[in-house]
Amino acid sequence: MIKLLETMTQMTVPSGNETLIHDFIKNEIKDYVDEFETDPLGNLIAHKKGEGKKVMFASHTDEIGVIITYIEENGMLRFTPLGGINAHYALHQRVKFVNGAVGVVSFENKDDSTIKNLKTSDLFIDIGAKSSEEAEKIIKIGDAGAFSGEFLQCANNIISKALDDRAGCVAMITAIKSIKEHKNDLYFVFTASEELGLRGAKVAANRIMPDFAVALDVTRTGDVPGKLKMAIKLGGGVAIKIKDSSFIAHPYIKNLMINVCEKNNIKYQLEVLEAGGTDSGAIHISGGGVPSGCISIPTRYIHSPSEMINIDDLKCAALLATKMIETGF
Amino acid sequence: MHLSALTQLNGVSGNEDLVRKYIYDNIKTKCDNITIDSMGNMIAFKAGKKKNAKKMMLSSHMDEVGFIVSKITDDGFLKFKTVGGIDSRVLPAKFVAVGEKNKIGVIGSKAIHLMTMAERTNIIKTKDLYIDIGAKNKIDAEKTVSIGDYISFMSDYTEFGDEMIKAKAVDDRAGCSILMNILDERYDFDLYACFTVQEEVGLRGAKVCAYTVKPDIAIVIETTACSDTAGVESFNYSTILGDGPAVSLIDRRTYYDREFADYIYNLAKSNNISVQYKKASFGGNDAGEIHISNSGVKTATISIPVRYIHTPSSVISKNDYHAANELLKVVLKEIKL
Amino acid sequence: MKKELIKLSSLGGISGFEYTISEDIQSLICDFCDETYVETSGNVIGIIRNGKENAKKVMIEAHIDGIGLMVKDIDEKGFISFVPIGGIDSGILPYTEVIVYGEKKLFGIIAAKSPAVLSDSEQDKKYPLSELVIDVGMSAEDVKKYVKIGDMISFASGAKKLSSKIFSGKYFDDRAGLITLLIALKKLKNTSLDFDIYILCATCEEVGLRGAKTGSYNIEPDCAVVVDVCHGKTPDSGNDSTFELGSGAVISKGPNIHPFLSTLAENVAKSEKIKYNIDVDGGDTGTDAWAVQVTKSSIPTLLLSIPLRYMHTTIETLSYTDLESIGSLIAAILKNLDLEELSCIYQL
Repeated sequence: MIKLLETMTQMTVPSGNETLIHDFIKNEIKDYVDEFETDPLGNLIAHKKGEGKKVMFASHTDEIGVIITYIEENGMLRFTPLGGINAHYALHQRVKFVNGAVGVVSFENKDDSTIKNLKTSDLFIDIGAKSSEEAEKIIKIGDAGAFSGEFLQCANNIISKALDDRAGCVAMITAIKSIKEHKNDLYFVFTASEELGLRGAKVAANRIMPDFAVALDVTRTGDVPGKLKMAIKLGGGVAIKIKDSSFIAHPYIKNLMINVCEKNNIKYQLEVLEAGGTDSGAIHISGGGVPSGCISIPTRYIHSPSEMINIDDLKCAALLATKMIETGF
Repeated sequence: MHLSALTQLNGVSGNEDLVRKYIYDNIKTKCDNITIDSMGNMIAFKAGKKKNAKKMMLSSHMDEVGFIVSKITDDGFLKFKTVGGIDSRVLPAKFVAVGEKNKIGVIGSKAIHLMTMAERTNIIKTKDLYIDIGAKNKIDAEKTVSIGDYISFMSDYTEFGDEMIKAKAVDDRAGCSILMNILDERYDFDLYACFTVQEEVGLRGAKVCAYTVKPDIAIVIETTACSDTAGVESFNYSTILGDGPAVSLIDRRTYYDREFADYIYNLAKSNNISVQYKKASFGGNDAGEIHISNSGVKTATISIPVRYIHTPSSVISKNDYHAANELLKVVLKEIKL
Repeated sequence: MKKELIKLSSLGGISGFEYTISEDIQSLICDFCDETYVETSGNVIGIIRNGKENAKKVMIEAHIDGIGLMVKDIDEKGFISFVPIGGIDSGILPYTEVIVYGEKKLFGIIAAKSPAVLSDSEQDKKYPLSELVIDVGMSAEDVKKYVKIGDMISFASGAKKLSSKIFSGKYFDDRAGLITLLIALKKLKNTSLDFDIYILCATCEEVGLRGAKTGSYNIEPDCAVVVDVCHGKTPDSGNDSTFELGSGAVISKGPNIHPFLSTLAENVAKSEKIKYNIDVDGGDTGTDAWAVQVTKSSIPTLLLSIPLRYMHTTIETLSYTDLESIGSLIAAILKNLDLEELSCIYQL
C-alpha cells in the first residue's frame, strides 16, 4: 500500500491530464474488475458487475498544477493555476511538466509589498531558457505541470505532494483488491478535474446514474497550531464526512458508515468541514438526486507540496470502503 | 454579411426575440428542422450525409449584455440593474434604447463641476446611476416605459481604420453570423446549430441545449476579450487583434481537450488561415456548460478577438471575422467523428 | 392557515435534515393532494390529478429547509462549538435559544464572552461566529453522551402574532411560501384544470438550491411557479428591491422568469384585484427559480415573493395578507394558464 502510494503520488497528473495515470490504474486493478470505460473529461470508470443497486465510488486522480499561457521574450513562462493554488505556497517550488521538463516558480518583484500581497499573476516559471525561442523548444503554450514534492515517511505519517487525492485513489484500489463478496453493481470512478470544480464526477454520475455514491477524498485537520479549529485529528482514524460546502451527507450513507465502523472496529471520527468541497457535492445533485457520502482521509497542509497523512488513517479508509461494499447498500 | 444587421438588433439576455426572428428568417430554408425551446434557444438541425451519423453541436449565443428597468423615480428618471457583466466604468454618458419601442435614453451622472474631489476619481457605482429619457415625471415616463423593460446600448455599426468594425453586441452576434453562414453546406455528421439564450447571465441556454441535443462533440463560436492596448503587459493581452481567430486552451469554466484544440489550430495553419491560441485564462463561455453536460462532451472554442468587449464600442477586425468563418468551414469539412 | 403557519415555524428541519420534518410536511399537504411521497433527497411531493391520462404538469414550489447550525466540536467543559448551515449573521446569535438534536433533544443558549472581558479592539465588533458556543447546562461527559459532531441545531423559538395580520418567527423563509401554495390549493379545490399540479416542498435551498434541482428533474413539469421571500421595507433597508409588508404579491421579472408567466401574473392580478408589486433581477434571483428554469430542456418559471423583514433571523416578520394575496394569485394564474399557448410563445 505504501509503495503504491509512493508511485502514484510521484506521478505528474495536473487537472485535465488524467489520462496519464489511466494505464497505471488499469494495470493495478484489471484482475479485480470486469470492464473499463473512459470519457471525454478524463474519467476512468472501472465496473465490477453485481446484482442490486448501483453504487458509485469516486476518488479523483488529478492534482493542482499549472498551465502555461504565455512565453515571455526572455524565456520566462506565465501560467494559470489549475485548481486552488496559493501564491505563497507556490513560490520557489519546483514544477514538473507532463512532458518531463522542469522549472522553478519565482515572482516579479515590483515593490516591497509584492511579496506580502503575492498573487499567482505575479509569478512566473523559469525553465532555464534564455529566450522565447529556446523556451518554445521545451514548452508549448497549453502545456501543464504540477509541483514536485518528494515522498517521505515521517514516523507513521507520509509527507508528499498529491496525497490529495492519490491517497483516496490508493484507498479505493486497496478496497477493490480486498473485496471478498459484494451485493451491488459497483462502479469505481477515478475522476478527473475535481480541482477545477468537481467536473469529472458530475459527468461520470450522469453516465452511471447510480443509486448511491461515496467519494474518497482528503480533508483538513484541526490539530496544528493556529486558529483553524476543527475536531479532525491526524491519526484519529478515517473521517466520516457530515458536511462541507458542497454537500451535506445523506443520513442513510452517514449511518451506514458509522455502523460499519462500529461493527468492524474501524477507528473513525466525524467531520464537519466549513470550507471546501468534494466529488460528492456534484454527484448528489446529479439527475434526480443521489444519496451520497464521503470517506475522508485527514490531511495536513492540503494543496502544498508537503501534504501529510497518517498511514493508519489511510488503512482505516480503505477498510471502511471494503466493509461498506461487503455489507452492501 | 449579417453582422451589421445583427448588431443593430437589441437582444439583452432573456429578451432575444428580435435576434431569433432575424436568424430564423434567414436560415429557415437552409435547415431540415428548426426547434425553439421554452427558454428561447433555437436549434437548427441539418441531417448528415451519412446515416446514423454522429452529432456535432455548434453554439453561438444570441444575447448581449445590457440593463433592465428596476424603478421609475417620481421625477421620471429610470433606475436600472445590469444584465450580464458590465463594468460600471463603461456606463456614464452613453446612449441607450429602452423597452420594445426603443425609447432613447442617456445614462446620466453628475456634472464634473458638481462632483466632490473624491467623486472625481472614484467610480460611480451602477446603483447610483440613472437613465434620463426626457420624461417630465413618473406618469410621463410610464407612458413609454415599464418596470422590467430591457435596455440596450445604442451604437451604430461602423467600419473604420484598417478593416476594423465598431459595434455593440458583436459578442456574440459575430458568432451567430458565422453559424448562419455555415448552414449553407451539408456535412457528413448531423449538425445542430444552437443559437443560445442567456449566456451572459451564466451560460444558461447552452446548458439546456446540450441536454436536449446530447452531442458527441461541440464547437462554440464566440468572441473573446483582447487586451492588446496601450499600457497592458504583453502576457495579459490574451489575444491580439488581427492575428486571426483564437483557439481556447483554458478559461475559467473549461479546460479544453488539447488534442481537439491543436487539431483546429493545425488545420488553420495548413490551410493558411491566420490563427492564434488564446494566451490567458480569462472569461468563460457556453463550452463551460456543454463540456460537462450528459456524460461529458469533447468541446472546442473558436473566438474572434474583441477589443472593448461588453461596451457599446466593441471593436473587431474584419480579417479575424472572415478567418474564423473560413476556419470553421474547414474544420466542419475535414473533421472525422 | 394561520395555525399551520405557526406550526411550521416551530419545526426544526434545517438544510440537510429535512427528513426530521418530512412526516409533518407530508401530513400537512396530504389533505390537499391525491397522492404524496417523500424522495430520497427529502423532498416532499404532492400530486393533485386532473384525472386525464398523460396530463401536462404544473409544479408549484417552496422550500422547506431553514437556516441553522451544526455541531462542530465539544470542548472539555461541555460547550458546543458550531458551524452555520446557510447564511447567518453572527450578530443575531448571542443569547439565542436553540435545540440541539442529539440522541436526546437538548435545550441550549448561545453563549458569548462577557463584554466586560473583551479587549478595546473587540468592543465595537460582533462576536465572530467561531467564538460563540452553545451552553446546554451539562457536564462535558453528559454532553458527549447525547451529542455527536455533525448533529443539527435549530433555533428554539417559534412564531408570535404581533397584530391581527403581522406574524413574527423563524423559518417563514420559506415555509410561509408553502402556506401560500396551500391557500392556492384550497381555493382550487372544486376547480377542474387541464393539468396535474405537483407541489414540491424542496430541501437544501439555503445551501445551494439542491432539492429544487433534483425535484424538478424528477417531476419534469411543463411550467413552474416558485414562491420564496423577498426583503420587506424597514427604516434601514433602502428602497432597492424592498417592499412594504401588506403590499401584496411581488412578481419577479428578468431573464430568470418566463415573460409569458410574469405577464399572465400581472394581468390576472389586475383583473382579480390582487395587490402586487414588480421586482426585477438582471440575472440570478437567488431562489429555487434559478435552478428550476434550466432543468433538463428548460422549464418556464415564475417567481412570486413574500415581503419579509429580518430575513434569516428568528424574528422574520410578514403580513398574513401577503400570503393571502399570493395564494389567490397562484390560484388565479393556474385557472387562466394555457399551457398550449405558453409552449407556442417563442415559435416562429
